[in-house]
This record gives sequence, structure tokens and C-alpha cells, in this order.
Amino acid sequence: MTTRFFGAPVKRNEDRKLLTGQALFVDDVELPGMLHVAFLRAQVAHARIIAIDVSAALKRPGVIAVYVAGDFGPYWQPGPLLVPPPPIPGITFNQRTQVPLARDKVRNVGEPLAIVVAESRYIAEDALDDIAVELEMLSAVVDIERALQAGQPCVHDDLGSNVAAHVHQSKGNYRKAAAKADLILKRRFYYEHGISSPIETRGVVAQWNARSQQMTIWDTTQAPVFIRNGLAAMLGLGERQVRVIAPFVGGGFGPKIMMFYPEEVALPWISMRLNRPVKWIEDRLEHFFATTHERGQIHDAEIALTRDGSILGVKDVFLHDTGAYNPYGLTVPINSQCTLLGPYVIPAYDSTFTAVFTNLPIVTPYRGAGRQHGVFVIERLLDLAAHELGIDPAEIRRRNLIPPDAFPFDNEIIYQDFQPLQYDSGNYEPVLDKALAAIGYQDFIGRVQPAFRNQGRTVGIAVACYVEGTGIGPYEGAKVQVQSNGKVSVATGIGTQGQGHFTSFAQIVADALGVDVTEVDIVTGDTDQFYWGAGTFASRGAVVAGNAINEAAHAVRKKALKLASDLFECSEDDLVLADGRVSITGIPDKFIRLGELAQRANPMRGAVKPGTEPGLESTQYFGPSGGATANGVHAAIVEVDPLTFDMKILKYVVAHDCGTVINPMILEGQIQGGVAQGIGNAFYEKLCFDDQGQLLNASLADYLLPTSLEVPHIELHHTVTPSPLNPLGIKGAGEAGAIPVGPLIAQAIEDALDLKRRKIELLEIPLSPSRLFELIRKVAT
Amino acid sequence: MQPDLHDIDVTVNGTRHRRSVEGRMLLSDFLRHELMLAGTHVGCEHGVCGACTVLFDGLPVRSCLMFAVQAGGHELTTIEGLAPGGELQPIQQAMHEHHGLQCGYCTPGILMTMTAFLKDNPEPSEDEVREALSGNLCRCTGYQNIVKAVMAAAQMREGLAP
Repeated sequence: MTTRFFGAPVKRNEDRKLLTGQALFVDDVELPGMLHVAFLRAQVAHARIIAIDVSAALKRPGVIAVYVAGDFGPYWQPGPLLVPPPPIPGITFNQRTQVPLARDKVRNVGEPLAIVVAESRYIAEDALDDIAVELEMLSAVVDIERALQAGQPCVHDDLGSNVAAHVHQSKGNYRKAAAKADLILKRRFYYEHGISSPIETRGVVAQWNARSQQMTIWDTTQAPVFIRNGLAAMLGLGERQVRVIAPFVGGGFGPKIMMFYPEEVALPWISMRLNRPVKWIEDRLEHFFATTHERGQIHDAEIALTRDGSILGVKDVFLHDTGAYNPYGLTVPINSQCTLLGPYVIPAYDSTFTAVFTNLPIVTPYRGAGRQHGVFVIERLLDLAAHELGIDPAEIRRRNLIPPDAFPFDNEIIYQDFQPLQYDSGNYEPVLDKALAAIGYQDFIGRVQPAFRNQGRTVGIAVACYVEGTGIGPYEGAKVQVQSNGKVSVATGIGTQGQGHFTSFAQIVADALGVDVTEVDIVTGDTDQFYWGAGTFASRGAVVAGNAINEAAHAVRKKALKLASDLFECSEDDLVLADGRVSITGIPDKFIRLGELAQRANPMRGAVKPGTEPGLESTQYFGPSGGATANGVHAAIVEVDPLTFDMKILKYVVAHDCGTVINPMILEGQIQGGVAQGIGNAFYEKLCFDDQGQLLNASLADYLLPTSLEVPHIELHHTVTPSPLNPLGIKGAGEAGAIPVGPLIAQAIEDALDLKRRKIELLEIPLSPSRLFELIRKVAT
Repeated sequence: MQPDLHDIDVTVNGTRHRRSVEGRMLLSDFLRHELMLAGTHVGCEHGVCGACTVLFDGLPVRSCLMFAVQAGGHELTTIEGLAPGGELQPIQQAMHEHHGLQCGYCTPGILMTMTAFLKDNPEPSEDEVREALSGNLCRCTGYQNIVKAVMAAAQMREGLAP
């Protein structure tokens, strides 16, 4: 292998199409005879449906059909449970999954009530106004604490309460551990994550071809294979009759993996019924209600420590808002529960949560997927403890880090992938050291900060640690094939939403097969190209699909060398595979091109030997035994205006270990983007609901995504501790950047404004200038 | 009700189009679904995200905030017209070199905005680039590499200048 692409900052193969406007996104699909779909959505959060009259809409010129729940007949079914609850003893889980169209009751603003199909989207939206809806209004369940009190309305009447789940997990004996403590600190924490808000909203195009009995669906999904299998079953079709294509997808971040959104269920059915292609593209207003959120938890947490700052145990009881339905099971709160333990030795842990149904949009994972909530709790507890004990915040973290010889480290509870929460590998202290050195921690505290204070400037520093369970199973697969033209094609079942798969996967193959990285074409997200797979989530694409691709590429390499050795009548050891050809060592003129070998592997005459197969190709699968645990430390220096409470991040450092790196350029991009979303979550983005479940800021003018003026330059440092759980040693990195930003910003603002001295603690996220003003004024008066 | 149709004559990327459009048709829909220039992306339909930015007589505008009829008699450039002949412009090349795009959905709007910006301000400071970029939302990159790319493109353009 002469060229080494793996590990190099290779420029992306996919860029050219995207830079010239030639990439295909779902809304770019134009088909002859295509109809357009608009959804009538509930404008109230909780109501009984008395009547829906669509007769006027049907009379409007250009309207082809209007459907309500009753029209779906037996096709109307609640969606599947995407992730069943993990096998945790004593668990309560009340499954209530979303429905294609509300039938008896509306459970959140935005839930679809009726569907209009028309010649254009303009006409379809006109016709929405023609539909008369009669509702009996019910009081909405919005506050997760009140939701559990007696006498409150129920989101699901048959359940008799709003409890979606109740889970207890423990490690060691917290009560005994706390009895030995020198300090016990207890606080209530509020953490809200927002919406992922990709710049491309969701969309579905469905085309039923009655002649060929084939259904083609273009979908902005992160998991095309599951969508195909589920829709085939629902539509009464064979899986071979359904093709799901997730083309270029304009950002996902989690919510684009949900089985099934009502629109995904409705459009293929409509296309079959009308025998016409149909398109629905979510508008931005719809996106605020119709795409899943992440939202909030309330934690009552306590930490027990010795005088020198060693953690003896943590106890946490929390409430989790799951929204109106819980199709994604317990992934988000289990992640919160597990990730709270962080990179620290916590000998005793007692954690209980209750997931609560509310009349708000469904909660499913969004980049970080509940990990933020847990990390906020432990990091803030450590900050408060450090202050009480007179220990430096960085030092108290260092004292509790899991030592490098303790891996694999067993945390004795069950993780979201149903496996025990066991950290595969890690070396945490050097990562902390790198972050502290890069931010200039000691110098800032000793020299810089006092100088700022003398100038009247309120500038603070912060450091926060986290681990992230990444790269979980079950598996992914890949087919690597050398084509007759010498190009290598790779097909895998995952979807792609900007992670650079067309390049990082090509790097793996290019090295194995001795071809240039631009000679490798990657196909993702087309179920006709690759049949099996799970999807892009949980920072797993590079880990799981990457390793499957590596194995397939090496199988093809072996085949190529075997074929060439037969041809040249020499040993495979004497062959070199490079520059797209196989040659004999020392005789570079004696060679055969890979494309020609591929042709010979599919002969027109003669027999293919028993035990061999035609073609220069291989399909391989990879399923890790458990998730790979990445870790990192973020540090920041932040200035807060003491009058307006506006915040400016002066310096931001990330030190990170995600095992072996395929492409450092792509990795840096992932981290930078993650931090930007974390900054939005910490200080700018808040979903403001009123007490009847109305979202008051459903526009990008009012829900503030960070711009180029809010996101600072982010300095990145790496260490590499390979994962032992996969041959390439990779750990996932997609979500890491977003995870510890909340506690970091809270700690930095506290330090900048010297709030501890004023007995003000920042125990919630998101913050904002107005919220800081409120919190500080409340204490001051 | 008869649709309220208007004849327009508009030049897009150097090609003249004469069409009859409904008064309420958005310019973004006209470009994407009538002229099939789908490279212009729609992100919010309320003028905040900047993904649908095109050049209108050389100036950046949000095509979701204009009606197609308003484009009658004007010259438009979309992302498809940025690299005529297939050779990438410095800003496109720099975005590739500096990894200024991930999912690429916001990219056409950013390229059009920055093309106009660099024409007005060929030697910008980083602060000026960040200010000019702040009307375009990107959810993937954190902007750092876009800023880097715009700075690099300014230098490349300078190198190209006669």
C-alpha cells in the first residue's frame, strides 16, 4: 500500500456537487404528474375531535383528494416502538406511539388532522383554510411536575396518569457511601435542549408505479433501511417492491431518524391510492411542531464527597419530558442517566427517573441525545463542591478521573444499547492537561483575570469534562466492488447528512485497494444499492459502517491478489497493489489494471472454480460487541457585559480523544459544528411554550440559532486512545462537540460575574441575557 | 377563481426566460420548480436563514421574500451560474479547500452572499467577514471554516486580479 489516505486531511469528494448546485435533495425531485400535499395541523395542544368537515376543500379547483383519519381504514395504526426499553429490572414503560392522523383526540399543537392533495402546494394550502374543524378543548399538560399531580388531565386517557416510564438504576450503595461523606450537596437542576433545526426541513416524495408494482420513496431520513422495511409491511408490499432513497440530506442531527413520521406513512399510501407521485416538503413553521424536539428534564441531585474532593457517590431523581408520545423508547433519559457518570470514579450511584407525557411535540434524540442533561448535573455538582471545599474546579475533576489502568471500566448499569455501561478504553488526564495548557488556565487565574478585574472587565474561565458512548451496534454492512472501468464502488445502508462519508469511507477503501481516493464512489442511503443496515445515529457511522467497509475492502484486496497471482503464476507475496493495478515486485512493467482483473473475475467462458464467486467484490458486516467511549474536555474564557449580560466567548478550546482518526479535517468540522450547537443550546435557543402548549417563538427570527457573530474560533487538540472493540480503533465523534457546552458556559459566566461571592448559582440551561438579569435581580432584591 | 397570471421576461444566468406566472408565486419557487434551477435552496421561507439568496442585478436578495413577477426585466444569477464552464470560482474553490461545507444545504446562499460581499469589499478583515456572513445560517459547520474560506478566497481573487 503505497499511498496512505487513512488519517490524512483529504478534501471531500462530495463538495463539487454541493458547491455548484448539482446535488440532489428531496425537494429537487420533480416527476411528471406529481401532486402536492399539505397537512392541516392542530392549532391547540389538547382537544377532543368532534367533527372535521372537508366538503368545501374538495370543491376547490385543483384539489384532488382530502383525507382524514377515518379514510385510512385499517392502514391507520399507531407507529411502531422504534427502540424498546432496555432490560432493566423493575422498569415501568407505557408505550403510546404516534398516529398518522389524529382520530379521536389532539395531543399536541401540530399533530396532523387532515391531508389535502392538490395540483400545487399553493392550492393545497388554500384548501386547508376550507376545512372546518370542531373541537372540544381540554386543558393542556405542559409542566412536567404538575403533570404527575392528582387530578391533572391525562394525555392518554386510558393510562390514568401521565407516567410514560419509571426507571431505577444503581451502582454500589449510595446511602452507605453518603454516611461517610464530609460534604453532601443537593441542588435542583433544569436542563432544556432545543430543536435541531437543520437548514433543510423534512420532506417526502412517493411514487407508486402500478405497472411495475414498485414504490419509490425519497425521504430525508437518517435510516432508509428501516423505513423501507416498515413501509413495505404497512403497505402490504414485499421489501423488494419498495425502494427508499435518502439522497443528499441537509443536516439531520437526530430528529430525521424517527419511525415513522405521519408524513412518511401517509405519502406512499396516497401515491398508491391515486397512482400519482406526491410530494410534501415541511415548511419552517411546520418544522417547529411536526419534527421531534429534545427539551427538558428536572433533576434533584446530590453528591457526597470527602474533604479532599473525592466523590463517594451521587444520587439523582429526575423527570423527563417525553412529549405526547414515546416512540423512541427511553434512549434520551437513559443517556442522561448513564452519561452523568462521566469520566469520573463514582463508586455509588443511585438514579431514578420518571418520563412524563405532555401535550407537547414528541421528544427523540437530538445531537447529544440526553447526554447534555446528565453532564450538566455532574459538572455543576463538581463546581459547587469545589467552591465549598476550596478546591480549584480543574483540580477536583483531576482527582476523580478514572485512571488509565482501570479500563475496561465497568459502571455496572445498563446503557441505551442494552449493553452494560462499560468504557472500552481511555486515558483521561492527558486530555485535561492539554485543555488546561491550551486555555492557559493557571496564567489566566494568576495573572490575566486579576488584570481584567482591575480594568473593570468581567471575564471568567471554565473547564468541563465528558464522556460519550458512541459507535453502538447492532451492525452495518458494505459492498465493495471493483468495476470494469477500474473505479471502486462502495454501497452501505446508512444515510448521510453532511458527515463526509463520501470521503472518509473512500479513504479506507483507497488504502486497502491501492487506488486514489477520488476513484472510490460511495453510495449511501439507497436501499436498492445496499439491502441491510440500521442508520446514522449515536455517532456510529464511521465506527460501524467504517469497519464494515474496511473488512469488505480487504476481502476484495485478497481476491484481487489471488486472481493476479493465478494470472502471473507467482506468489501473492510477490505482488504489489498500487496506483489502480497489480504488478510484480521489482518488475513494474508486468502489471494488470484492477478494472481488467474485475472483467476477468466475471468470465464469459470456462467455469468459475468451486468455492469461489464471480466479480471482484465483497459484502461484509460489522457489529461491535459494545459502544466505544470517546471523551474530552472543553475550556473557555468568556466575557459578560455586567449591564446587558450579553456574553462574548473570547477563547474556546476542545481537547478530545475519539480513538483513531480517519480524516482530521472532517473531524474538526464535526467538533466545531457540535460546539456551535452547544453554544446555541447554552445561551440562545429556547422553546418558549405558554401554559396551554402553544409555542410562542416558532420562527427563526425568534428562535435564535447562533450566527457567525456568536460562534467563536474553536481550537482543537487530540489525543488518541484506540478502541479495542473494532479493528480500526475508531470511536465516534459526531455528537461530542455539543455535549459539555452548557455547564461550561454556566461555570464561565459565574466566574466572570463572580456570582458565587454573591451566592448566585446558575443551575439551568438555556441561559440568556434576560434570564441572567432575572436570576441576578431576584437575589439582589 | 381564475389564477392571476402575469407575463414576465427574466434573464437567469445569462438565459432569457419568458413565462406566465401567478402573482403570488415566490421567486424561490419559480427558480426551483419552474426553471428547474434547484440549486437555490429554501430553508425558512421568512427571510432569516439566507439559504435562498440569489444575485438580483448583482445584489444579493432572498428569493423567498420576493415574488417571481418582481424579477421581470431583471438579471438574476443563481448558484448554477456561478461557475460557468465548470471551473470553480475562488470562493467555491476556497470552500472546498477549507472544508467550509458539511451537508451543503446552506452553501449556495452563502456562496451568493459572499460573492457579492467580496466584490464590494475585496480585502475584508475577519470581523467584516463574520458580520457579512451573519445573515446566513449554517447549522453544521460553526462558521469557522467558512470564514477561513472567505478570507482565502479574497486572497485568491487578489492573486487573480490583473
